[in-house]
Amino acid sequence: MSAPENGDLLVAAAVRKEFGGLLAVNDLDFTIPQRSIVSLIGPNGAGKTTFFNMLTGLYRATSGVILFDGSDVTDKPPHAITKAGIGRTFQNIRLFPQMTALENVLVGMHSRLKGGILGSIFYAPRVRREEREASEQARELLRFSGLRNVDNELAESLSYGDQRRLEVARALATDPKLLLLDEPTAGMNPQETVVFMEFVSKLREQRPISILLIEHDMKVVMGASERVTVLDYGEKIAEGTPQEIQRDERVIEAYLGKGATG
Amino acid sequence: MATRSHRARASARGYRERFTKASGRSRVGVWWRKLPPWVRGYSVLITVVTLAVTYPFYVDNLPTNIPVILSFPSLHDSVTILVFVMMAVGLNVVVGYAGLLDLGYVAFYAIGAYTAGWLASGQFQQVNVHVGSVGVGSAERGIHVSVWMVLLIAGIVTAVGGILIGLPTLRLRGDYLAIVTLGFGEIIPQFVRNADNLHGFDLTHGTFGISPIDAPGFGGSLHSALGLPVRYDDSFPPTPDRLFYWTMLGLLLLTVFCSFRLRDSRLGRAWIAIREDETAAGAMGIPLMRTKTWSYAIGAFFGGIAGAYIATFNSGAFPTQFDFNISVFLLCMVILGGMGSLWGVVVAGTILAWLNFDGLGNIGGWLNQNTPLNIDVPKYSFGIYGLLIVLMMLFRPTGLIPERRRKLEIEEGTHGPLDESLYEMRSANEPGAGERGSPGRQPRG
Repeated sequence: MSAPENGDLLVAAAVRKEFGGLLAVNDLDFTIPQRSIVSLIGPNGAGKTTFFNMLTGLYRATSGVILFDGSDVTDKPPHAITKAGIGRTFQNIRLFPQMTALENVLVGMHSRLKGGILGSIFYAPRVRREEREASEQARELLRFSGLRNVDNELAESLSYGDQRRLEVARALATDPKLLLLDEPTAGMNPQETVVFMEFVSKLREQRPISILLIEHDMKVVMGASERVTVLDYGEKIAEGTPQEIQRDERVIEAYLGKGATG
Repeated sequence: MATRSHRARASARGYRERFTKASGRSRVGVWWRKLPPWVRGYSVLITVVTLAVTYPFYVDNLPTNIPVILSFPSLHDSVTILVFVMMAVGLNVVVGYAGLLDLGYVAFYAIGAYTAGWLASGQFQQVNVHVGSVGVGSAERGIHVSVWMVLLIAGIVTAVGGILIGLPTLRLRGDYLAIVTLGFGEIIPQFVRNADNLHGFDLTHGTFGISPIDAPGFGGSLHSALGLPVRYDDSFPPTPDRLFYWTMLGLLLLTVFCSFRLRDSRLGRAWIAIREDETAAGAMGIPLMRTKTWSYAIGAFFGGIAGAYIATFNSGAFPTQFDFNISVFLLCMVILGGMGSLWGVVVAGTILAWLNFDGLGNIGGWLNQNTPLNIDVPKYSFGIYGLLIVLMMLFRPTGLIPERRRKLEIEEGTHGPLDESLYEMRSANEPGAGERGSPGRQPRG
């Protein structure tokens, strides 16, 4: 519909999702500027994760257009969207439990590696070098994400916080331009949350990426985001800077509650 | 947790070293430690391969009155056993690595066998094609392609067949996939049974099957140059079974090798990721359809070669060979060995295939002789396999040799410097692995 405006990495125009009779996302317009952190908040069932899943190709939008980095990704399969540069984490951790932390990250690099079947069987020098470099990068990513000495632990044996970090490391391994974090601090204690959000801001300083955050923890949202969008019943009810959102009457009524503005 | 078990193992090692020193076996230990690391790391593998390669030389001297199992399999049966192990390794790529429940693997076996039947026999009397075949008079009609080429072609044809079957079916998940593959596993044998009159054209010779099929061989020039056998037939004393056995062993080792390399490759990681969580794998950039189809194609490739080889070994391809039971039987091997565990599948495949061709009969014979029982044990074969699986699921659900052993072994060695690459770390850890056996050893406890 509308061409991407300058400076917008992602433009979603009138995106709609119906599950049978249930309208989960109602003609949502949404943009993500380059190198920004934006948040999506709203009560449970507001359609945040559904919208996420449409952006990453897990769900097919009923109607609407999603443009990413200048190209139409509306009906692309998940792997193509990942290759185009959208990485994600899941609301309920979805690591590969029987693979090591390192292997999890290496899987994230899949679309960037080239090793073919014959090359892998015969250990072609090119494939060996590629694998060696990939595991070096993967180790670096693990360390960058704050995971130490767990490279060869099975993902299922990691602590909860480490599993969350590993999910981010795995998403970063896809070399995303846009990182989608679905409730990344859910289940973390306040201490872990602070450390995690420091990591997110470090991430944005060091890498040229944008971040879209779904989060229930208002401290995290208000502290980190440059722009907040509020969904309720699949519709956008407010959008603005954290300060604006905190003062918005409809948001307070639908989601924040009277006490939250303090 | 890891550190605790690590410490426990370390102290156990300490005790053992002290014990061996006290009992005066330290000299063996010193000698052992002087061996190059790769010898120690692969000692069990090397021993097993050596025993297997030399099997034809001592099989006739083995005792035939061993309690319970009576005797070891004859060379002739061993070839068939190895063919089944090879198919189990192929199926392991599909079921064990990629987690796609395939109940119709026998279809690949059949496609391979019939490809050999078409390309190396007198089935098509209408034509007279000879391509590098040995021991077949040029006047003999039919298509006669060199069996070595036939094996490769059969693998490729079957892989293409696997892709064609996979394209519509692999979009399904879990149980639905199993049901559709079950269907294909039935369609192909039914087709070969009935394709003796396709508008007057005899493709498969119906229930009679295609026979005889040419034997492999190296031909006259290679025989005089390198002493390789001209043809796998009675001209090679004492029996051509030796040649078939060695060739099959080579094929199996090649299959295992490829399977190993693939597992540790980019593609293998993608398979295991799909097995672990398909949705997440897709979201991490793995093209699901393509990756699953590759696993199907590679599994089919090995199944096709195995089928073609047994066809040339039996000198025939018959529709009765390709029963649904075989799919289940191969699946039993994979489950019993531990899904995805290469060595487990090889061990379980050898045991089960042996039970099927020799073992149950032998054990039954021994039972009837030495106990008042009088049962026809082989009659209950599938009941016994079922019982084995139930027992496995109860006491050892991860299989004989669980998949992650080797990885955990590596884990023990990672408390050192972190900036080593994966490959360096593996080789650096091999002495440790060698001390406690090879990658293929039985796990303790």
